[in-house]
Amino acid sequence: MTAHLISLTRQFAMRPLTTLGAAFLVLVVLSAVFAPLIAPFPPDAIDPVNRLLPPGGAHLMGTDHFGRDTFSRVVYGARLALLIGVGVVSFSLASGVPIGVLSALYPRLGRVLMRMVDVLMSFPSLLLALGLIVILGQGVFNAILAIGLIYLTTTARIVYGVALRLRAEPYVEAARSMGAGTWWVVTRHILPNMISPLMVQASFVFAFAQLGAAALDFLGLGAPPDVPSWGNMLAESRIYITRASWLLLWPGMMIVLTAFSLNLVGDWLRDRMDPRFRDVVRK
Amino acid sequence: MFRYVIRRTGAAILTLVAASIVIFGFIHMIPGDPVYVMLGDGATPEQVAALRTRLGLDEPLVLQYLIWAGNALQGDLGQSVFFETPVTQVIADGAETSILLATMTMVWIVGFGIPVGVLAAIRQGRWIDQGLSGLAMLLASVPTFWVGLYLILIFAAGLGWFPSSGFPSIFDEGGLSNLRYLILPSIALAAPNAALILRLTRASMLDVAREDYVRTARAKGIKPYRVVTRHILRNALLAVVSAFGFTFAALISEAVVTETVFALPGVGRTVVQSILRRDYPVIQGVILVIVCLYLVINLLVDLSYRMLDPRVELE
Repeated sequence: MTAHLISLTRQFAMRPLTTLGAAFLVLVVLSAVFAPLIAPFPPDAIDPVNRLLPPGGAHLMGTDHFGRDTFSRVVYGARLALLIGVGVVSFSLASGVPIGVLSALYPRLGRVLMRMVDVLMSFPSLLLALGLIVILGQGVFNAILAIGLIYLTTTARIVYGVALRLRAEPYVEAARSMGAGTWWVVTRHILPNMISPLMVQASFVFAFAQLGAAALDFLGLGAPPDVPSWGNMLAESRIYITRASWLLLWPGMMIVLTAFSLNLVGDWLRDRMDPRFRDVVRK
Repeated sequence: MFRYVIRRTGAAILTLVAASIVIFGFIHMIPGDPVYVMLGDGATPEQVAALRTRLGLDEPLVLQYLIWAGNALQGDLGQSVFFETPVTQVIADGAETSILLATMTMVWIVGFGIPVGVLAAIRQGRWIDQGLSGLAMLLASVPTFWVGLYLILIFAAGLGWFPSSGFPSIFDEGGLSNLRYLILPSIALAAPNAALILRLTRASMLDVAREDYVRTARAKGIKPYRVVTRHILRNALLAVVSAFGFTFAALISEAVVTETVFALPGVGRTVVQSILRRDYPVIQGVILVIVCLYLVINLLVDLSYRMLDPRVELE
C-alpha cells in the first residue's frame, strides 16, 4: 500500500500540470459541497444599489446586473457543474455498458444494437441534444439526459470494442469451457477488466458534459435562468460585456479550467491504461 | 473497389432512412398535442383543425411517414409554421451564411492545425512541442461561445477592427468585403477543431515516422526536409483526411452556438430560434438536411481514404 502511494506520488511529481489539474478538481468538489460556508452572500440575493460593481471590496469578483455577488454565484455554480458531470457520466455508463456488453456477447443482438448506435451517431452531437430538449422540455434533469444520450453512443461503442477483445481472451474461454455461465463471465472477467478504459472514458465525458451543458445554458435551453450555473452566468453577462467584462471572465474560467483539468486527468489515466485497449479508447 | 463503393453507399442510405424515422418520430414523441403546442393556448378549433390537416396528422402513422419522406425526396420539407413559407426556403435563406462560415472555418483549421501539428511532431519532446500540445488541449477545453464573446470584446468593441454581429450577403452592397463579418465567428468556431486536427496531425506524423520506409529513406541519405515532406507528411495526412468527417459534424454542432453569439443569419441560429418558437417542421427539415449532408461527407471521406490508400481494407 505504501509502495503504491509512493509510486503514485512520484507519478504526480513527473506530471506537474496534471497534479495542478487534479488539485483544481478537488477544489471544485469542495466548493460544491461547502458552498453555503464559502460563499459570502446567498447566490440569489439581489442588491440593485450595488449592480455591476467591479471586483474588489466586499465583492471579490464584482456583482452582476441584479447586484448579485459573482463570487458566491461562481461557488454555487460548482454544484451544478458537478451535478451535470456526475449525471451525464452515470447515465452514459448505465446505458452504454449494458448495450456494449450485450452486443459483444450476442452478435445477432449486437448487430441491431450497434446499428441503432450508428444511427444516433449520424446526428451532430449538439443537434441530437437539442432534439431531445424539444421533446422533453428544458431543465437541469433533461439537459443531463440530452447530453447523456450523446455519450451513450460513444460509451457503447468503446465498451463493445473492449468486450469483444476480452471475450476472445484465453482465460475467458477457459472459464467458459469449465462451465461458467454468461453472468459469471460478465461479472468476474469482463466488467472488472473494463474498469480502466471506462475511467478514461468517464473523465472525458465529464469534461465534454461541462462544455455541452454550458452551450445549452447559453442558448437558453439548459438550466432555468434562476439557477446559478456558469453557462447561465455567461449568457446573462453577454449584454453587459463592454460595461462589465469581468462578468465574462470568472464563469468562463471555471468552465475552461474544469474541462481542461478533466482532460489532463483523462490523458494521465489513458497513459496508465492497459495498452491493449488504447486504440479503442480515443477521444 | 466498385463493390466497396456500392456497399458503403448502401449502408449510408440505410442509416439515412433510419435517421429519418427518428427525425419523423420526434414530433410524435412531444408530450401533449404538438398542434396546440405550436399554436399556443389562444388557438381556435378551426386553426387547430387546419394545421392538423396541413401537417397530415390525421393519417395513420406509417402513411404519415411515407408521405413526409416522399415529399422530402422531392425537395418538399413542408411549411414553416412561424414564417408561413416552405421550410426549404427558410434553409436556403440561412445557407449562404452557414456555408461561408464553414468554409472560412475549414481554412483556419487546415491552415493552422496541420502546419502547427507538423511543427510539434518534428520538435517532439522539446519545449515547443510541449507548449503547442498543451495549447491544443486548452483550446479543446474552451467553449466556443466564450472565445466568441472575448473576440467581440477585444476586436470589435475594443479595437473596432471587425464588426461584432450580423452578416449582410456577399451579393448585397459591399460584395466580398462583407466576409469581414465572418472573420471573428470563424476563428471562434475554428479554435477547438483546429486543436483537434493539430493533435491528430502530430500523432499521425509520429506514427508514420516509425515506419520502415522512413528509415530506409533516411538510410539512403535523403535530406531530412525531403523525408518529412515526401515520406512522412504525405502519409500522415491520410489519417487527418479521415478526421474531416468528424470535424465537420463538430463544426455544425458548434455553429449553432457561434451563429447565436454573433447573431449571424445562418441555419444554426434558425434551429435555435425554431426550437424557441416551436416551429417543428423547420426543426425536422433542418436536422434532416444536416444529417444527410453529414452522411454524404462521411461517405466521400471514406471513399477518398480508400482511394488514397489502397492498403486500407475496410470491412
